[in-house]
Amino acid sequence: MTYAKPLPVPDPDSAHFWAGCRSHRLLIQRCHACGTHRFPAGPFCPACRSRDTDWIEASGRATVFSWIVVRHPVPREVYQDDVPYVVALVTLEEGPRMATNIVGCPPEAVTAGMPVEVVFDTVTAEIALPRFRPIPAGAR
Amino acid sequence: MWSLRDKYCIVGIGSTEFSKASGRTVLDLASSACQAALDDAGVSATEVDGIVSFHFGDSVPAIAVATQLGVPAVRYAVDTAGGGNAANLIVLQAVAAIEAGLADTVLCYRAMNGRSGFRLGGGRDMSAHGITQYTAPFGWITYPQAMAMWCRRHMIEYGTTAEQLGHVAVTTRANAVLNERAMQRQPMTMDDYMAARFIVEPFRLYDICLESDGACAVLVTRADRARDLRHRPVHIMGGAYGGGPNQGEDLFDALRWPDHSHNYARYIADDLWGKAGVGPADVDVAEIYDCFTYSVLMQLEGLGFCKEGEGGPFVAAGNIARDGPLPVNTHGGLLSEAYIHGFNHVIEAVSQLRGHAGVRQVPDAEIALTTAGAMTCGSAMVLRR
Repeated sequence: MTYAKPLPVPDPDSAHFWAGCRSHRLLIQRCHACGTHRFPAGPFCPACRSRDTDWIEASGRATVFSWIVVRHPVPREVYQDDVPYVVALVTLEEGPRMATNIVGCPPEAVTAGMPVEVVFDTVTAEIALPRFRPIPAGAR
Repeated sequence: MWSLRDKYCIVGIGSTEFSKASGRTVLDLASSACQAALDDAGVSATEVDGIVSFHFGDSVPAIAVATQLGVPAVRYAVDTAGGGNAANLIVLQAVAAIEAGLADTVLCYRAMNGRSGFRLGGGRDMSAHGITQYTAPFGWITYPQAMAMWCRRHMIEYGTTAEQLGHVAVTTRANAVLNERAMQRQPMTMDDYMAARFIVEPFRLYDICLESDGACAVLVTRADRARDLRHRPVHIMGGAYGGGPNQGEDLFDALRWPDHSHNYARYIADDLWGKAGVGPADVDVAEIYDCFTYSVLMQLEGLGFCKEGEGGPFVAAGNIARDGPLPVNTHGGLLSEAYIHGFNHVIEAVSQLRGHAGVRQVPDAEIALTTAGAMTCGSAMVLRR
């Protein structure tokens, strides 16, 4: 069955990020000049304007910054079997924020500041999406 | 204070009917609203030499409208790409054009078949390229979904409640009940608001604005000329456009925004009030961009009507009611009058300052605020009669 949901279209700025996801590594940029982490990927460091960039593997740990629970599916035919689902902004340990889904817990269990960790969901041969799940209390 | 304060005026306003299915082209709606604004001012299309609009890829070019109206010589025409953030910006573009000698008499409009044609709220690009590759693959696609994320941050940071959001919806609806042009006129109680289904938590149905077909237009010219026209001129005291750092790559994108518990309003407040030479306490009526309930709270806070985080208690105390100290969205706003992308707010502000608002008139309204925008960027004006 074909995958009907939006699939990221990697570009020269983002190709490394999506290649990392495919191998289950969460790669983000770190400015070679000033050390500032950044995401989404981009050609310039907004802190110092340098184009000289390293890619590092993030820890994959984050906290929930904000979240929504989608109840009304849009487009209906694409998401009707998924609702309710949680979309969140999470703050990575390294600093940048990322949009993702919270999986592995019911929507009502999501709280602000909740510790989460990345889990890769391979949706096609080329694309794995970085979703996040709660870190069990004992493992924090 | 701004060197251009009170130097330019809105001298004409025009609107079409607001509906779910206009059965008319956007070109017809745009041209009809512009002609109505000219008729209202008592100015002929032959005197128009500038025309400005904003669009989301869902409208018609300014020159197309000028062609319909028979404008003989267009000296200035701009189609500004933008969402609600641009609704006041295009009036400021008209001011700038006249001040620069590029035009003298400028029409500004927003026209859309926002329900029967392109539905802005219903979705966006599903191809997930550019910035969208970081959002859409997670099922984060529509504007209600985008802005629910902001609303949640406000709730997390300040303890804002559903009932406080409901006060915005219920107050706004009470105003629409009095407005014969409004699309939603049946009374709404807090129980009605709370009982409505969740669309995308924390938004229930009535946190989300309407989708509408329609158009609104205003005519802008010099104050010295305005004095000879049909109605009491409404002076543009000041205006500002902008936002904070890291506005991102499109209107949806706010991945790098500092904190979604506040929006653009905080960043333009000093510029706006500084230009106008007045402050929040001087405003008699405020038409505040309300694509969603929460955006009213953030703009009340950001523009200094209450402290940061106190928007919820401020509205719950009745401050924004028509008979309260700061009547807000006296027409019913985007939530209950119509979604003409904030340009209907400008029309209502002018009606109030002229004393033409009928049963919903705020007594002796002298100074009005109009705002436009809900997220990382927006625009606002202070108007006076």
